[in-house]
Amino acid sequence: MKHKWITYPYIIWMIIFIIIPLALIVFFSVIIETEHGLQFTLQHFKRFLEPVYMVVLLRSIYIAFISTLICLVLGYPMAMILANRGLNKKQFLVSLFVLPMWMNFLLRTYAWLTLLENSGLINTLLSYLGLKKLNLLYNNYAVILGMVYNFLPFMVLPIYSVLIKIDKSVIEAAQDLGADSFTVFRRVTFPLSLPGVMSGITMVFMPSVTTFVISRLLGGGQYTLIGNLIEQQFLYVGDWNFGSALSVVLMIIILLSMGVMSRYDKEHEGGGLW
Amino acid sequence: MSQEIINLRNVSKEYDGSEALKNINLTIHKNEFLTLLGPSGCGKTTTLRIIGGFESPTSGDVFFEGQNITSLPPYKRKVNTVFQKYALFPHMNIEENVAFGLKIKKVDNATIKQKVKKMLDLVNLSGFEKRSVDSLSGGQQQRVAIARALVNEPDVLLLDEPLGALDLKLRKEMQIELKNIQRRLGITFVYVTHDQEEALTMSDTVVVMRDGTIQQMGTPVDIYNEPVNAFVADFIGESNIIDGIMTKDYQVVFANQTFECVDKGFSENEPVDVVIRPEDIKLVEPGEGMLSGQVQSVLFKGVHYEMIILSNNIRWMIHSTIAEPVGQQVGLKILPNDIHIMKKGEA
Repeated sequence: MKHKWITYPYIIWMIIFIIIPLALIVFFSVIIETEHGLQFTLQHFKRFLEPVYMVVLLRSIYIAFISTLICLVLGYPMAMILANRGLNKKQFLVSLFVLPMWMNFLLRTYAWLTLLENSGLINTLLSYLGLKKLNLLYNNYAVILGMVYNFLPFMVLPIYSVLIKIDKSVIEAAQDLGADSFTVFRRVTFPLSLPGVMSGITMVFMPSVTTFVISRLLGGGQYTLIGNLIEQQFLYVGDWNFGSALSVVLMIIILLSMGVMSRYDKEHEGGGLW
Repeated sequence: MSQEIINLRNVSKEYDGSEALKNINLTIHKNEFLTLLGPSGCGKTTTLRIIGGFESPTSGDVFFEGQNITSLPPYKRKVNTVFQKYALFPHMNIEENVAFGLKIKKVDNATIKQKVKKMLDLVNLSGFEKRSVDSLSGGQQQRVAIARALVNEPDVLLLDEPLGALDLKLRKEMQIELKNIQRRLGITFVYVTHDQEEALTMSDTVVVMRDGTIQQMGTPVDIYNEPVNAFVADFIGESNIIDGIMTKDYQVVFANQTFECVDKGFSENEPVDVVIRPEDIKLVEPGEGMLSGQVQSVLFKGVHYEMIILSNNIRWMIHSTIAEPVGQQVGLKILPNDIHIMKKGEA
């Protein structure tokens, strides 16, 4: 290739900011400091298998799974409405949808805090109406709500962009061959939109399973997710080795789930990571 | 002709205030190969889409075997469509594509298999059952699209410029193949094209359209030999169209000469379009014909030569199997039968 030097800055960038940190994390996860210096060990990973931590992992996956599912159920119809070619001012609606993403992620989550807390907007309104106050914050639901709210656009946009690209005449061909609206959706529109669904799921599931901000703010620290656990190890406990081991496990889980997704996806589209 | 199958009555269609179809009346008969022919934007595809149910007319009605189907959705109509860009389902293999319509009608699997096989045989695609859509050439995809529509045994098959994306040789082959299929199955074909040669080759009836109106409807021979106006004459084949004046019945003046013709019924001294086919003008020795002129250019076109001859400031296009050299003085002979007089239209 000509001008090979053009790629050098990128290669250097990738080495400094991706390869070296990754290598360090893997390195930290398999060593231990003893009197005789650094030694290789798998004890951090073994420690992770303790029930306390397994519960955290399973809870993280469970909550991320539920959030992803809700995002899909809410997001798919939304994407369909946006992709509807009869819709006026489509561009405006799409940008309205993306608009919250321009605001700071923390700010958006804090906003929910003020809505949901005991003296928050919703409870004030309830007591004003003479109803009992609800315990809205610091539970699973609040965390799931935060995830769905923050990550929903990541589900809607990939599905939307696949849906608008579906050839209109393919839909007409299905109608022509006797398919009513539901059959057209089940046998043509939905199968053709699967690549968008897959990338939507990936883009919601990954941040959901790793987040620690949402669970800390809306879960109030009572619902530790694996993201919080890693955060604690690095910032408060100072056990970089265990923190690294947790990160490695999380990365492997994400890689595996992406692998499963793209393998399924390949039957339709091809390409992908695996 | 045989029984009527589709009737369009006073059909108009507007898109955002502009008229795509203006009060169309059209009758399509059983087993007929009818072609809607015209330049792009003439309303031929809109007409087809109204028959298919993909568009609803702004006013007017569509009848199918005497029943008003104007508000019937596409999936309830007994017509099938072959789309311009084939519109095959990319997530299904060839067999699944062809079987789609039968599966929806809940036909049993054994029958589906047998019918799909028969249909793929018909379009010369046996053995392609498990292939993906992407792996097929344009011509093969086209034949899948035809098979997918025909397997449902529709009463009418609508074809929207189905051969537009194919190269010339393949297109000619497919024209013959389509015509054979139509004859063999005895299905009514409604065919949309802007290719006049295609229309003349395949059709029983040609409907020439322009600006949302039907200009002329008739057999290919009628349309070619007796075009009703200069637009049809120009669109169907090549023509010399010259301004003339009808001095009286059977007499017309053009190119500063008086000619005998076979038309009558015009008012005295009415300005008219005179249409003469390039192959109807005979080259003769200078001085022998009605007009004389000089050869400006000669193009070899395969079967014939196309010559431009300048005479009295009029450029005549002439088709002849014998070429005259450029600069040669020639005479032009035109027989009364070959002079077609048309009312001045909006053309």
